[in-house]
Amino acid sequence: MTEYVSTTPGCYPLPDWAKDDLSDLKGHQKHDLIGGDEREEIVTVYEEAREELIGVQQEAGLDRIVEGQLRWDDMIAHPLAVHDAVETRGIVRYYDNNNFYREPVVSGELDFSGDVASELEAAADLVDDGLQAVLPGPYSLADLATDEQYGDEADFLAAIADFLAGEVDAFPDVETLFLLEPSLVESAPDDGLDERASEAIDQVAAATDADVVVQPYWGALEEKVYAHLLDADVEAVGFDFVADQDQNLYNIQEYGATDDVSLGLADGQNTLVEDPEAIRDRVDWVFDQLPVSTFETVYLTTNTETFYLPYAKHEEKLAVLAEAAELAEVTAA
Amino acid sequence: MSNENKDQFRPEGHENDHFLLTTVVGSYPKPKWLNRAKELYEDPDHKFDADDYQEAKDDGARLITQEHERAGLDVVVDGEMRRNEMVEFFAHRIEGYEFNGPVKVWGHNYFDKPSVVSEVEYDESWLVDEYEFTASATDRPVKVPITGPYTLANWSFNEAYDDDDELTLDLADLVNEEIEKLVEAGARYIQIDEPALATTPDDHAIVGEALEHIVADIPEEVRIGLHVCYGDYSRIYPEILEFPVDEFDLELANGDYDQLDVFKDPEFTADLALGVTDVHVADVESVEQIEENIKKGLEIVPPDQLVVSPDCGVKLLPREVAYGKMANMVEAARNVEAQLDAGEIDLEHAHAPADD
Repeated sequence: MTEYVSTTPGCYPLPDWAKDDLSDLKGHQKHDLIGGDEREEIVTVYEEAREELIGVQQEAGLDRIVEGQLRWDDMIAHPLAVHDAVETRGIVRYYDNNNFYREPVVSGELDFSGDVASELEAAADLVDDGLQAVLPGPYSLADLATDEQYGDEADFLAAIADFLAGEVDAFPDVETLFLLEPSLVESAPDDGLDERASEAIDQVAAATDADVVVQPYWGALEEKVYAHLLDADVEAVGFDFVADQDQNLYNIQEYGATDDVSLGLADGQNTLVEDPEAIRDRVDWVFDQLPVSTFETVYLTTNTETFYLPYAKHEEKLAVLAEAAELAEVTAA
Repeated sequence: MSNENKDQFRPEGHENDHFLLTTVVGSYPKPKWLNRAKELYEDPDHKFDADDYQEAKDDGARLITQEHERAGLDVVVDGEMRRNEMVEFFAHRIEGYEFNGPVKVWGHNYFDKPSVVSEVEYDESWLVDEYEFTASATDRPVKVPITGPYTLANWSFNEAYDDDDELTLDLADLVNEEIEKLVEAGARYIQIDEPALATTPDDHAIVGEALEHIVADIPEEVRIGLHVCYGDYSRIYPEILEFPVDEFDLELANGDYDQLDVFKDPEFTADLALGVTDVHVADVESVEQIEENIKKGLEIVPPDQLVVSPDCGVKLLPREVAYGKMANMVEAARNVEAQLDAGEIDLEHAHAPADD
C-alpha cells in the first residue's frame, strides 16, 4: 500500500514578530545578513522562531518536520554564504523572482562547515519523529555561486558535492533529506554536465542513510536531465505539478520514476489556499494518467519553498498538506 | 527639427536655443519629520490624528516640490511624499486587492505584497488629489508617476484571474481611467513605471498590449513616458519602440553606459529620458561628469529627443545628496545646451534625412 507523507521543502517565512525583531537587531543592508557568527540576542530570536515553526508543523500534523531554514537569508545559497572560504559580493536576483541573495564567490578550499548540522541538532531536540533535513542540491548550489578556486565547471561541481556530503555526514539522525534542485530546471545542464549533476547528487545521497528526495521546481526537467537523474541512487524524485503538468507526466510515462515520488501540488508562491480535497484530487489525477502507479511512498508538498508567502498563509498551506495526505491515505485504502 | 510634445514643457524665456528637458523619475527622500509624523499617526496612544498627518503630508509635498524647483528642474514631482511603496499604495486604492502581511524581498527587507482576490475595479481616484495639490504648489509643469499594470500584477499574488496577462490588462484599463481623470484635472505628463519588465523581459508583448489600453482615448498632446530599470535591455529592444509612448526613461548611469550600444541599432525613434546620475551611489557626481553622461544620450538621439533625468527614484539617498545630484544635473544640462548652441558638440548621431 502506498504511504502518503505530507512535507515541505522548507525555507519558511519568519513569523512577523521575528521579522521585526531581526530587522531591528540585524539591520537592512547587505553586510547585516547572516554570517554564521551571529551574536547571542540574534541567536535567541532564531531559536524562538524555530521552536514556533516546528510547533506549527506538529500542530498541522505534517509527517515530516523541517527546521525551517529561518537563518537562510540567502535562500538555498545559504550553506555557501556562511562559509569561511566564500566571499559574498553583490545582491543578485534569485531565479526569476523579485527576491535577491548575496552572490557567493568561492575563493578558497570548501572544507567542512557544520552550519546546517548545528541547526538540525537544535531542531532534533524539539522533534521526536519525522525530522527532515533540507539542503540545496549540488547542481543548484554550484549554479548560484561563482567559482574562483577550482577553475573548471566539473571540478567545481565535484567540490560542492564533496562539501555537501561532508555536511550531511555531520547531520543528526534524520528521516528524510530533501535536496532542492531548481537550477536543474531553470538552467538545465548541457550534455555531459547532466550526467555529472546526477553523479554529484548520488555522492551527497550516499552520505546519509535517510531517504533522499531530489526536488526540482519551476517547471519540468528536460528529458535527458530527467533520465540521468533517475540513475542517481535516491529514493524519490520530485515533480512541480503547479508549474508544469504535461512535461512532468511525459517524463514519468516515458522514463518511469523512482520507487517513491514527491508531488509538488500546493502552490508555494500564491496566497490562494487550496482545499485539501482539491490536492487529493490532483493526486488521483496524476496517478490516473500513469500506466502503473504503485509507489511505495508519495510525498505531498508545496512545489517551492514557502518564504514567498505571508506567514499566516504559509501556516494555512501546511495544514492543507497534512489533511490532503490523510485524505489520500483513506482513499487509497 | 522640433518636438512639440516635449517643447510644451519648455520654460518661457529658456536661456538656450536647445532644450534638454530636465526632470526626475519620482521618489525623493522623505524628511525625517514626515516619517516621525507617520509613526505618531500610527501610534494609537498618541493624539496626532488623521488631519495632523494629512497636514504633514501636504507640507512635505509642498516642500519637496519646491526643492525640485530650487534645483532648477523643468518638470517637477512632489517626491511621492504621500506614497509608501509603489505597489502597496495603488493596491490600497483598487477594489479586489487584499493584504495578508509582509513577505521577504531580500535579507530583512519586506513588503506587504497584496493578493488580488476578486476582479479588480476602479473605486475612488488614486492620484487626482495628489496632482492638484502639487500643481497648485508650483508654476512649473508637474509629472505624475503611476506604477504600471504589469508591475502591479507581477508583484501581487494572483488568486482571482486565470492568468497574469488577464489581470494586467484589467489593471491597464483602470490606469487608463485614472489618466483620463488626471488629464481632466490638467495633467500633461504621465510616467508609467514598469520595473518588473526588466526582470521578466520576455513579457514585453503584454506590456505593449497593456500600454495600448492605457493610452486609449488619451489626447495626443499628453506626454506618456515609460520608466524601466535594472535589466538586460537587449532583450526588450527594439521591440519596445512599438509601444505607444512618447518617451522611454532608462537607467544607464549605474551600468556606466555599458548597454548604450543596444539602442544605436535600429534608430531610437522615441524620446529618450536618459539616466545621468547613479541613484545607488551616495556621492554627488560633478557637473562635468554629468555633462559627459548627457553626451552619451546624444550618441543615441538628437538633442530635441533627449530628456535628462536620474537613473531611478532617489528616495534611498541622503536628502542632501539627492538634492546635489539634481542641482548638478540641471546645471550640466544647461551647459550642454549652451555647448550645442555654440556648435561645440560633435553630434555622432546621424540625423534622420531631411525628407523625414
